[in-house]
Amino acid sequence: MSAATLAMTHAGYVAAGWGATFLLVGGYAVSLVLRGRKLSRQVPPEDRRWS
Amino acid sequence: MTANPPDVTPDIPAHTGSRASRILGVAALAAIVLATLYGLVWSPADVEMGDSVRLMYVHVPTAVFCYVGCFITTLASGMWLWKRTPGWDVLAGAGAELGLVFVLLALATGSLWGRPTWGTYWTWDARLTSTALLAVLLVGYLALRRLDLDPTVRSARVPVLGLLLVPNVVIVSRSVEWWRSLHQRATVTTLDPQIDGDLLVALMTGFLAVGLAFAWLLLHRFRVGWLEYQAQRIDLDEAVAARRAEAARRTGASAAAPAATSPEPAEAVGS
Repeated sequence: MSAATLAMTHAGYVAAGWGATFLLVGGYAVSLVLRGRKLSRQVPPEDRRWS
Repeated sequence: MTANPPDVTPDIPAHTGSRASRILGVAALAAIVLATLYGLVWSPADVEMGDSVRLMYVHVPTAVFCYVGCFITTLASGMWLWKRTPGWDVLAGAGAELGLVFVLLALATGSLWGRPTWGTYWTWDARLTSTALLAVLLVGYLALRRLDLDPTVRSARVPVLGLLLVPNVVIVSRSVEWWRSLHQRATVTTLDPQIDGDLLVALMTGFLAVGLAFAWLLLHRFRVGWLEYQAQRIDLDEAVAARRAEAARRTGASAAAPAATSPEPAEAVGS
């Protein structure tokens, strides 16, 4: 199925919706992990209660 | 051999993960795989909406968990006003940020669902407009948190805006009852849901996956917020210590200065 045909069908909208969800949630999760690692280096272990 | 940064203890990993968050993360990933299989493969197409019904399995859970984020922010704002402990303030910020992520997803997936169902990506319908206003309110709340305000002013204004989120959620939720709307009314919150069979199972699996992902994200966002708070506190402590050292140095210098510059009485007399 070509990209143009896919875009004309419901499958195109479904793929776009699920794709956007995976991208946004996945990107946000990765950004949180990276922010956490960066900030953890600035804070002593006794202030990281979960460690 | 690579040296560890001086402020990190080698045997304590520098991240926001823990055993509980790893278990939660694995459970969330498993639920996401299951929800994807149910939503995209096993669930049949709807008689009226066709395959576009598969958007419901992400749209409805993301919209509901946007409300959950707002509820968390309002609750934590109230607790912050009452208890004044930093954890509640951090939780309020975490809930709002997740609320914004999920409201944006709800708007995007709803728009993509609206095109094949209603024939348009967007209409100024009561549900859509009130949801967009909720997104704007969340952006405003997060912007206000980032402003470099006096702590007294900040601690008064930010939680008050946080308290306003739940009334907005009520407006969004009830908008389909209060005004004429293109958007369908609630179908799964009643005891007799107007959706059945494999579609309901797929939707519930979507709720499970989004709920577990939300919990994992909230846990990590709270820990990131806690680290931000601790890093600011450390910076502030260091700045105060530096100012005190500077003040002590100047006091010492000014006390020593008259003795060094004024002539000794004997010398003055003798000369």
